Amino acid sequence: MRSLVLGGALVGLIVLAALLSFLWTPYDPTLVDAALRLRGVDWAHWLGTDRFGRDVASQLMVGARTTLYVGLVAVGVAALVGTPLGLLAASGPRWLGELVARVNDLVLAFPALLLAIMLGAGFGASTGTAMIAIGVATVPSFARVARAAAMQVLTTEYVLAARSAGRRPLAISVRHVLPNVAGLLIVQSSVSFGIAVLAEAALSFLGLGTQPPTPSWGRMLQESQELLAVQPRLVVVPGVAIALAVLGFSLLGDGLRDRLDPRLKGVGDAGR
Amino acid sequence: MIVAEELSRSYRRPRSTPFGPRPQVRALHEVSFEVVAGQRFGVVGESGSGKSTLVRLLAGLDSPSSGAVRFDGQLVSGRRQRDLDFLRSRLQVVFQDPMGSLDPRMRVADIIAEPLVAQRIPGRAERVAEVLAAVGLPASAADRYPHQFSGGQRQRICLARALAPRPQVLIADEPVSALDVSVRAQVLNLLSDLVDRYSLTLVFVSHDLSVVRHVCDTVAVLKSGQLVELGAVEQVYRRPRHPYTRQLVRAVPTLRGALAGITAADLTP
Amino acid sequence: MLAVDRLGVRAGELDLVTEVSFTVSAGERVGLIGESGSGKSLTATALLGLLPEELTASGSVRVAGVEHELVGAPERLLTKLRGSRLAMVFQEPMTALNPAMRVIDQVAEAREVHHPGRDRVLVEADALRLLEQVRLPEVATLARAYPHQLSGGQRQRVLLAMALANDPDVLVCDEPTTALDVTVQAQLLELILAGVAERGAALLFITHDLAVVATVCERVLVMYGGRVVEAGPVREVLTEPRHHYTRGLLDASDLESTDEHGRLHAIPGTVPAAGEFPSGCVFRTRCGRADEQCADLPPWTGVPDHGHACWHPVGGDS
Ligand SMILES: Nc1ncnc2c1ncn2[C@@H]1O[C@H](COP(=O)(O)OP(=O)(O)OP(=O)(O)O)[C@@H](O)[C@H]1O
Ligand SMILES: Nc1ncnc2c1ncn2[C@@H]1O[C@H](COP(=O)(O)OP(=O)(O)OP(=O)(O)O)[C@@H](O)[C@H]1O
Ligand code: SF4
Ligand SMILES: [Mg+2]
Ligand SMILES: [Mg+2]
Repeated sequence: MRSLVLGGALVGLIVLAALLSFLWTPYDPTLVDAALRLRGVDWAHWLGTDRFGRDVASQLMVGARTTLYVGLVAVGVAALVGTPLGLLAASGPRWLGELVARVNDLVLAFPALLLAIMLGAGFGASTGTAMIAIGVATVPSFARVARAAAMQVLTTEYVLAARSAGRRPLAISVRHVLPNVAGLLIVQSSVSFGIAVLAEAALSFLGLGTQPPTPSWGRMLQESQELLAVQPRLVVVPGVAIALAVLGFSLLGDGLRDRLDPRLKGVGDAGR
Repeated sequence: MIVAEELSRSYRRPRSTPFGPRPQVRALHEVSFEVVAGQRFGVVGESGSGKSTLVRLLAGLDSPSSGAVRFDGQLVSGRRQRDLDFLRSRLQVVFQDPMGSLDPRMRVADIIAEPLVAQRIPGRAERVAEVLAAVGLPASAADRYPHQFSGGQRQRICLARALAPRPQVLIADEPVSALDVSVRAQVLNLLSDLVDRYSLTLVFVSHDLSVVRHVCDTVAVLKSGQLVELGAVEQVYRRPRHPYTRQLVRAVPTLRGALAGITAADLTP
Repeated sequence: MLAVDRLGVRAGELDLVTEVSFTVSAGERVGLIGESGSGKSLTATALLGLLPEELTASGSVRVAGVEHELVGAPERLLTKLRGSRLAMVFQEPMTALNPAMRVIDQVAEAREVHHPGRDRVLVEADALRLLEQVRLPEVATLARAYPHQLSGGQRQRVLLAMALANDPDVLVCDEPTTALDVTVQAQLLELILAGVAERGAALLFITHDLAVVATVCERVLVMYGGRVVEAGPVREVLTEPRHHYTRGLLDASDLESTDEHGRLHAIPGTVPAAGEFPSGCVFRTRCGRADEQCADLPPWTGVPDHGHACWHPVGGDS
C-alpha cells in the first residue's frame, strides 16, 4: 500500500509536469540568452539556468515529456510483442517454444547500443530510433517472463479443469493464463519503464537519442558534465529526476502487483 | 460406458546429467477394466501409483503411450482436443486440489459457467444458480472469489462446475483427501446425493480404501501403475487377495481398531 | 515436562486462542484434535515462540529444567531452546525445508547448532545415522538430494530426523501425515512413536483424524474456536465424549455408521472464520442441544487435563 502511494505520487508528479509543459512552462526551454548564463537558484529561475542561459526548470518539465514518451512507446512495443510471443512459446508446440527461446537469446546477445547506433546511422539518431532500439531490446525480457509464468500456470489443475470443460487452447490462454500472469507483466512493465528511462538518458547522453533543441534529461546531463565541479546543480537536477522516475516506476509496479491480486485484498479469512 | 484397454503411459524424466539418458517412468502399465453405466467405480493406490494419470487418460486430457480408452463405444484416446466435444459434455472431472483447480482470478459464477461457455450451452445464469443450490452454496457465492471459501466449500464449487453441463459420468480424483473429517462427511454425503439424484456413473479415486468402501460398489487397486486387484468393494475389503491390497486395508487406522489395541506398528507390514 | 497455563493468542483485538491449559509429562503422548481453523497450529507455534509478528501470546508456557517463562521470553533463549529442548515437525514439509540445501546438510546443521565445535565429520556421521533411523530409503543417495527431489513422505522423514537431531524433551508434530497417503502415514507414525519412546520425550501430536490420535496418543485435547472444549484419556473421550463437538467429530469420522438414508453423520454448518465464533459456548451455532443457557460461557468441569466445558454434557451430568 505504501509503495503504491509513494510510487503513484512520484509517477503522478512526473506525468503532471509533462502534461503541464504542453500548456505552460516558466520560460521557453529552448530560449538561449547569453545574459542569463549560469544563473543560480532565485525567484525568477527556480532551478537556475544552464550555460546557454536556458531555464532549467522549464527544460526539466519538457524533458519529462520526452522521458514518458520514450518509456511508453518502448515498453508498449516490448509488451505487445513480447507477451504474445511468450504465451505462444509456452502453450504452442515444443519446437515453437524452442525457436522463441533461441531468437530471444539472439536478441539479448545483440547490444541495444549497437542497435541504436545502426538505427541512428540508417535513419538519423532521434527520439524515435532510441525508442525502437530500447523497445526491441526489452522484448526478450517480456517474452521470457511471460513464457515462464505461463508455463507455470499451464501446469495448474484449473487449466486442466478448463480443458476438461472443453475450452480450446486460445481461450485458455486468454481466460486463464493472461489474467494470472498479468500481475507479473505489470511489474515487469514498470521495471522496464525504469530501465527505458535510464536507457533513453544514456542514449541521449551519447548523442544517439533525442537531438537538440528538444530537451531531454539525458542531454541535460551531457551538456553540463564539464560543469560538474563549478555548477553541480546542473548535473544533480536531471540526475535526481532520472533516479526518482526509476524509483517511482518500480514502487508503482510493486504496489500494483499487490493490488491486482484478489487473494491479497483484505477480504476476511473465510478460506485460508 | 468407459472401457480401458491395456492402457499404458510412460513419462520421460528430464535428464539428470547433460548427456545422460532420459529415464522413463512407467506411470501406468497395461491397465484394463470396464465401468458400466450407473456403477460407482473406485480406484485406490498409494501416492505415485498412477491414479491421477489414469484419470487424465479417461477424461481425454492426456494420450496413452499405448492402449485405448473408449467412451460409449467411441474412441477417446489419441483424438484431437476438438474432436472430444462429445466427451466434454458427458463426462466431467473433479480434481484433487480444491484450491488448485479453481482459477484464483475468476469469480465463482464464471468458474461454474466455464463448461457451459466452452460448449455453448444456453441458459447460463439459471444453470449456475441451479447447481449452486444443488451443492448447498448460497446464491451470493456466485460473485465471490475462490479464496473467500473454506476447503469444503471450494470442493462444492468444483462439484457445481462439474455438474453444470449435466454430465452422465463424474470422475472425482481424491475429492476429500485435503479435507478434515467433518467436512469430508459433508462432501461425501453431497456426492452420494448428487450421484443418486442425477443418476451419475461415478469413478472415485482415493488412497484410502475405507473411503472408497463407503462410496463405491466396485474397486480397482493400482500398484506402481499396474492393476493388481479388481472386484466388488466388500469382497476386496474383507478378503483382499493381493498382498498389496492387504497392506492397504491394514494401513488405514480406525477408531475401533485403535481402541481394540492396534498400534502404529500394526499398521505397517 | 511441558506445562501450559491459560495460553492465549491475539491478533490485535481478536482472540484466536483462549485459555488453553494442559500438561505433557516425559514419555507421554498427547493429541490435539479439531477441525481446520480451530486454532491447533496457532497453539503449537505459540508454544515454540514462533508466532508471526502481528500476533501476541499471553499466559504461561514452562518447560521442565528451564527457569524462564517461555511466553515473552527473549528470542535468544527461545532460539537456544528450539531444536534442543523443543522441536517441531510441520504440516507442510516443503516450506519447512531449505530448497537450496542438500538434506543431509540440513540435518547436520540442525545438529551442529546445538553442538558447536563438534567435528564436522562427526556431525555428518550423526546426520546420516539420523536419516537411517527415520528409514530414508536409499539413504546413501537420497541424503545428498535436494528437498524437491524427494516425495512428500521422504521429506517428512527428513523433517523428523531434524526434529530428533538433538534429542528434544518435547516434540510437537503439527499434522505431520495429513498430506500423505495411508501407507506412508502408517510408516511415519511408527517412526515418530519410536523416536519419542527412545528419547523419553513428551509428544504433542496435532491432527484432525481421530483414528490417528487414537492410534498414537494416550490423552487428547479437543479444540474448537480457539478453546479446549474437552480433555481426557483417549479411550474415555473417544468412547464416551461429554462435549457435543467431540460427539460430532466422532460421528463424522465413522465411515461405517450411517443414518437410515445411508448418509454419514456430518456436523451441520462450517467452522466460522476467526472472530465470528458466537459468544458463550463457541460451538452453540452448530450444536443440536444448544439452548439459552449456552449463550453464557460454560465453565470447565473437572481438572485441566480431564474435563469438559459444556452446559448439557452428552450422557447427562455426572
Ligand atoms: N507430467 C509428468 N512428468 C513426469 N512424470 C510424471 C508426470 N505426471 C506423473 N508422473 C509420474 O508418474 C507416476 C504416477 O503419478 P500420478 O500422479 O498418476 O500418481 P497418483 O497415484 O495420482 O499419486 P498421488 O496420490 O500422489 O496423487 C509418479 O511416479 C509421477 O512422478
Ligand atoms: N496471522 C494471523 N492473523 C490473523 N488470523 C490468523 C493468523 N493466523 C491464523 N489465523 C486464524 O486463526 C484461526 C486458527 O488457525 P490455525 O492455523 O491455528 O488453525 P488449525 O486448527 O491449525 O487449522 P488447520 O487444520 O487448517 O491447520 C484461523 O481462523 C485462522 O484464520
Ligand atoms: S454448552 Fe450448549 S452449545 Fe455448547 S456444546 Fe454444550 S450444549 Fe452445545
Ligand atoms: Mg493424484
Ligand atoms: Mg494447522
